[in-house]
Amino acid sequence: MAVNNIVEIKHLTKIFDDGKNNVKALEDIELEISEGSFTSIIGGSGCGKSTMLRIIGGLENNYQGDVIVNGEKVNSPSREKGFIFQDHRLLPWLTVKENIRFSLPKEQKKNDELIKKYLALVGLSEFENALPKQLSGGMAQRVAIARALANKPKILLLDEPFGALDAITKVNLQEELLKIWQKEKITMIIVTHDIDEAVYLGENVVVMTPRPGRIKQIYKTDLGTPRLRTGVQFTKARDEIYKEFFKEAEVPFSYNI
Amino acid sequence: MEEKNKKGIGYLLLYITLPVIILIVWEGFNQAGELKPYTMPSLAKLFETTVEYANNGQLFENISVSVLLVLEGFFLALATALIIGMLVSLFPKFDIFTDLVIQILKPIPPIAWIPLAILWFGIGQESKIFIIFIGAVFPIFLNTVDGVKTIDKKYFELAKVYEIPRSQLIKNIVIPGALPSIMTGIRVGLGNAWVSVVAAEMIGATKGVGYMLSNGRSLSRPDIVILGMLLVGIFGKIMDDILKFLRRKVITWL
Repeated sequence: MAVNNIVEIKHLTKIFDDGKNNVKALEDIELEISEGSFTSIIGGSGCGKSTMLRIIGGLENNYQGDVIVNGEKVNSPSREKGFIFQDHRLLPWLTVKENIRFSLPKEQKKNDELIKKYLALVGLSEFENALPKQLSGGMAQRVAIARALANKPKILLLDEPFGALDAITKVNLQEELLKIWQKEKITMIIVTHDIDEAVYLGENVVVMTPRPGRIKQIYKTDLGTPRLRTGVQFTKARDEIYKEFFKEAEVPFSYNI
Repeated sequence: MEEKNKKGIGYLLLYITLPVIILIVWEGFNQAGELKPYTMPSLAKLFETTVEYANNGQLFENISVSVLLVLEGFFLALATALIIGMLVSLFPKFDIFTDLVIQILKPIPPIAWIPLAILWFGIGQESKIFIIFIGAVFPIFLNTVDGVKTIDKKYFELAKVYEIPRSQLIKNIVIPGALPSIMTGIRVGLGNAWVSVVAAEMIGATKGVGYMLSNGRSLSRPDIVILGMLLVGIFGKIMDDILKFLRRKVITWL
């Protein structure tokens, strides 16, 4: 094959079975993600987008079909599949620096340079000795990103990472994430319910529909880098995806007044 | 600094108002001739007895005997509760194995163990340490188990992502995560230890604050009884204050 696919998903079906009810979270998903790309996955609540990301990250097991990351079938989490949760998930009793050290493999535990490098990358060098409670939500999420990157992942999976942040912090972090993506050349997959975010960040936007979770459409946005939030291409790509979610009939409503 | 002091004076005034009112009412009853020496001492008599006990060394002797017993029983309980608590938390099979026995022993109050303790260990130090141990061990144990159980599962998921080995997981997630709850257990446990030592000493002892209480009763000396009670109260508060201070020093992240 011409392009290396870091993620290959074939006939993925996931059923949650709690003994009483069977819920089909994902049905027959087919997806290929090429190395170094940035993919957004978007859909309403219950469409299985987070479940799919968690399966790729090895956090959900017992699925049907094949999920191959970096040439290996996924059945457990690992450092090479960096995962950013919606909450920063820093250990409250460790300082910023120690939180990153905690995550590192044994042979890197004493590598202060590595910790400093990634804290500098997210612009938080001065906060290495701060406790998580002293950080704002945006800063804490930056530390979580630094922690993931310091482990040199092959792929970074982001599960609604900016969902809990205010609009301005969110835009800033999106910009930073794009810069990191360009600099580190890591494959990134972001799950979001924010259409603007999905279009702005993803080169490919995977649109999912619920009950059962399926891929409806995959868009190429071709915004290039650096991207513009105000350009024609952005608006056009966004409008197309809006139409996926809101029926044609609802769109002309504003013209009829 | 000055502002803080001004604030401190208002606080201090409010803080000591109730004790002062109690003393005034007490002395009021005395002035009215309502207090009988064999039921309730006057403040002057209580003060006199305190000075007497302080001078002849009985005050120090009784209190040090009790404090020492409490510390011995408490630390024994602390070590046992932490070890068993961690084993129960970390090994589900060990939890099942021990659960029924622990659940049945738990509701038995420390006082109920006194007869057996005397039969087993006599009326010496050992039986008291045993009673104190029983009083302190359960709250620490239960809070340790509860502390581990209530650690947010998301941290264990995080540990999986970063392939954290079990020893690191225990050191960096389980112990600090359970620590606030363990500290609560330690405070309750030490309080129970103090209650237990008084109970044990009241039943069979020749020294200690519990002995002061039972001795004062048999001599019809309420001044000795009240002095003993005040010692229990004051030392209990001091120990609790020390633990509160330690908690603030150890748990800096909350």
